Amino acid sequence: MNSSIAQTGPQKRLVLHAEDVWKSYDDGAIAVLKGVDFEAVEGQTVALCGPSGCGKSTLLHLFGGLDAPDSGRVSVNGIEVNRHRNLLRLLRYEVGFVFQLHNLIPDLTLAENCLIPTVAAGIDHRTAQARLLELAERTGLTDRLGHRIQKLSGGERQRTALCRALMNKPKILLADEPTGSLDEHTSGAVFELLLDIVATEGVTLVMATHDRALAARCDRLLEMHDGRIHERVSA
Amino acid sequence: MIFLKLIVTNLRRHRIRSFISVAGIAFSVAAMLTVVTILQGAIGMFSGILSSDSEIIVFERNVSDLFFSNVPAAAVAEIAAWPMVSHADPVLFGIVSSADHPIITCFGVTAADARIRKAAWIAGDRLMFAQHSDDVVLGERAAEFLGAKLDDHVPIGHGVFHVIGILKTANGFEDGGVFMPLSSAQSFFHKEGASSVITIKLRNKDDAASFKSKVKAAFPNLIGLEDAEFTRSYSQFRILKATAWAVGGCGLLLGGLGVANTMIMSVFTRIREIAILRVCGFSNTQIAAMIFGESAVVSLLGALLGMLTGTCLLFALKLVPALHGYVDVAIQPVVMLIVILLALLTGIAGALYPAFYAMRIRAVEALRFE
Repeated sequence: MNSSIAQTGPQKRLVLHAEDVWKSYDDGAIAVLKGVDFEAVEGQTVALCGPSGCGKSTLLHLFGGLDAPDSGRVSVNGIEVNRHRNLLRLLRYEVGFVFQLHNLIPDLTLAENCLIPTVAAGIDHRTAQARLLELAERTGLTDRLGHRIQKLSGGERQRTALCRALMNKPKILLADEPTGSLDEHTSGAVFELLLDIVATEGVTLVMATHDRALAARCDRLLEMHDGRIHERVSA
Repeated sequence: MIFLKLIVTNLRRHRIRSFISVAGIAFSVAAMLTVVTILQGAIGMFSGILSSDSEIIVFERNVSDLFFSNVPAAAVAEIAAWPMVSHADPVLFGIVSSADHPIITCFGVTAADARIRKAAWIAGDRLMFAQHSDDVVLGERAAEFLGAKLDDHVPIGHGVFHVIGILKTANGFEDGGVFMPLSSAQSFFHKEGASSVITIKLRNKDDAASFKSKVKAAFPNLIGLEDAEFTRSYSQFRILKATAWAVGGCGLLLGGLGVANTMIMSVFTRIREIAILRVCGFSNTQIAAMIFGESAVVSLLGALLGMLTGTCLLFALKLVPALHGYVDVAIQPVVMLIVILLALLTGIAGALYPAFYAMRIRAVEALRFE
């Protein structure tokens, strides 16, 4: 069994824990995760690197409750992720997702896209608006709030996706190649912003990426291949 | 607000498809409204004939159609003599045809009948009615389509009749009908000594229940019903109403299939979007509410457009001379409410499978394919 043990400080709380997680597709024909152990503490930034198909995205999906492991356990803030019982709470308050493609709804404005998680969670409009303005200011999108998604640049779209993911103040941000579709310059800028925001919000970031330069700037860099976390590299 | 926008966003995204769905519901609603209103109007007019200056109808028990009812003259005479009865008017219904008109309703009535007494005579003299056996009085529209004037002789059925008057009436059946002296009608239709119904006016309306009991006791083969009771229970009316709603229902079913098609396409084309909503924390209920909301918007827009179209159509039909008096444009609020509810139900039914499908979309699978 392979393991990846977090570097936990004495005061840091464990927010994400995976233990001997196995996952396969096509009735076991394609084994993607083969006994993964993982831990991350609050405020920590963790990069998952590895070739395509090594299981990075699958692991993120399991962390966010979007999929269930064949065996093993995944816990968020000490509560085991159970797709049926805790999923809504998990998705609404505990984790936020950022994907390689921004996955915004094109017919809505930037502000409306960001407010979707607050609608799902039933957060009152005034609180939601205040949070939106706060995040928009931090991400430099204040002037673009009323714009439709089609009118935004790639970097702005990804920043919008970041705002949306953080709207309900999740404890964990799961980012699947968040800068993968951006050019080098924009990618760097968005990643800077991402690190800055997770630091100020105290959010734990788990990011799948191919970009080793960006990954190296995280607190921890974990190497994945063949469905296992093989190495533990301190950044 | 954003939830509402999510609902209408997809409709706006596929405007033509949405419009076709709305139009489908609208045509169904218009068809239902038109058919139901016309038949309700026809039923109302027929009831109006029976309830002209009367509140109770006596006819033969267990007949499927009043044209087959036989009320003997002895019964008419006896009932008319009861102290509680103000007046009892026997009416014999018959159907004849002329060269260009396959159906002309004939009313065999006495000179004392309210239809003759209280009608607006635009030609002729009321006092001349029933003086001769071949005399008839025509409704205004009947005079028009028979091309008859006062003192003309017109062929009706197997006879030729002398027109001694023309009546103006708002009731389409009466306006397109022929009024004969009761005895002439009995002879003409081979129903000597019989009438189809007796229309009764009581001295005191509160005596209705005891009157009906008395009819039942004195004439077991006859039945007395108050006008409203008759309208509710008369089998022909019930068949007509059922037919109207069935025709309208079929229309709505077709409209519902259109909505179902639109909603299925709507869900299929935005699987990824629904997956994102799931990732953002949308519950199954919220996803389903969005789909049902979308179909409700389509149905309501369709219902409103259908109401407008149906009303315009009814007004247009009322202007057709041949339909004068048969089309009642007054749409009953209850009919309107039922039609809107049915349209909504149709929309909801059409969205059932799409909503079920949307609820089963797994975000992880939808997102895996970029």
